[in-house]
Amino acid sequence: MDRIPILKMGPFLLVTIQVDMYDRLALNLENDLIIMVQKNGSKGVLIDISAVSIVDSFMGRIIGNIATMSRIMDAETIVVGMQPAVAITLVELGLPLSGVHTALNVEKGMALLQKKLADDLTEDSESEAEMDDNDQSE
Amino acid sequence: MISLNKETIKISSEKDVVLFRQRLREYATKIGMSVLNQTKLITAASELVRNILVYAGSGETTIEVVSERLQTGIKVIFKDNGPGIADVNKAMQDGYSSGRSLGLGLPGAKRLVNFFEIKSTVGHGTTVTIIRWKK
Repeated sequence: MDRIPILKMGPFLLVTIQVDMYDRLALNLENDLIIMVQKNGSKGVLIDISAVSIVDSFMGRIIGNIATMSRIMDAETIVVGMQPAVAITLVELGLPLSGVHTALNVEKGMALLQKKLADDLTEDSESEAEMDDNDQSE
Repeated sequence: MISLNKETIKISSEKDVVLFRQRLREYATKIGMSVLNQTKLITAASELVRNILVYAGSGETTIEVVSERLQTGIKVIFKDNGPGIADVNKAMQDGYSSGRSLGLGLPGAKRLVNFFEIKSTVGHGTTVTIIRWKK
């Protein structure tokens, strides 16, 4: 069966789509990604679509699904490298991909994921600190 | 309208869809269509060819280079002998779907092309014709 490879990079998963997408392939990717997020406890998913020339409503929906599912699994999804013609076409098609984080390229996408991970950690330590304060006041 | 070049591709599996999209891109590139218009045309075609697979199981597409007055463009016909659409007006509305899709296929495809025509008879099938001009 055809599959798009998923690379594990520390707390993140990296997917580079280099082929012409068709429905079966997109569905397999959605399935594989969610399983990988769960198995590795990943905190972020980066999908590079710079080589993808067509995103229609089905593939757009899969991208949205991946983002929603990973959020439920405590991971952020960032789609990077969208070609301008694809962005224009998606909006005209009526699929603005709201709810999906995007970045211009892999480098910026990685930086965004790392920032989100760092923010999460500080939030966690802050809430722990608050709990400590509460303990002392009692 | 003058027809310059024509090719029919049968659609019965996702592999055919990939081939069809590649051929369509080749035709669009050959007539010098801009990348943006190519993307719009192929995305619209991708929606319509999926409808053939999902609702009729199989069908055929015809890619044609057409010329009218000073314009050159690509015309694509999607033909199936599937169940047909009972209410075409309803099917053309955003968000309406009889399947489990988003309901963007038909109205979305219409927005992406210069000409869009749909003819459907319940029990006999559906034929959709689209044209995207080069400029």
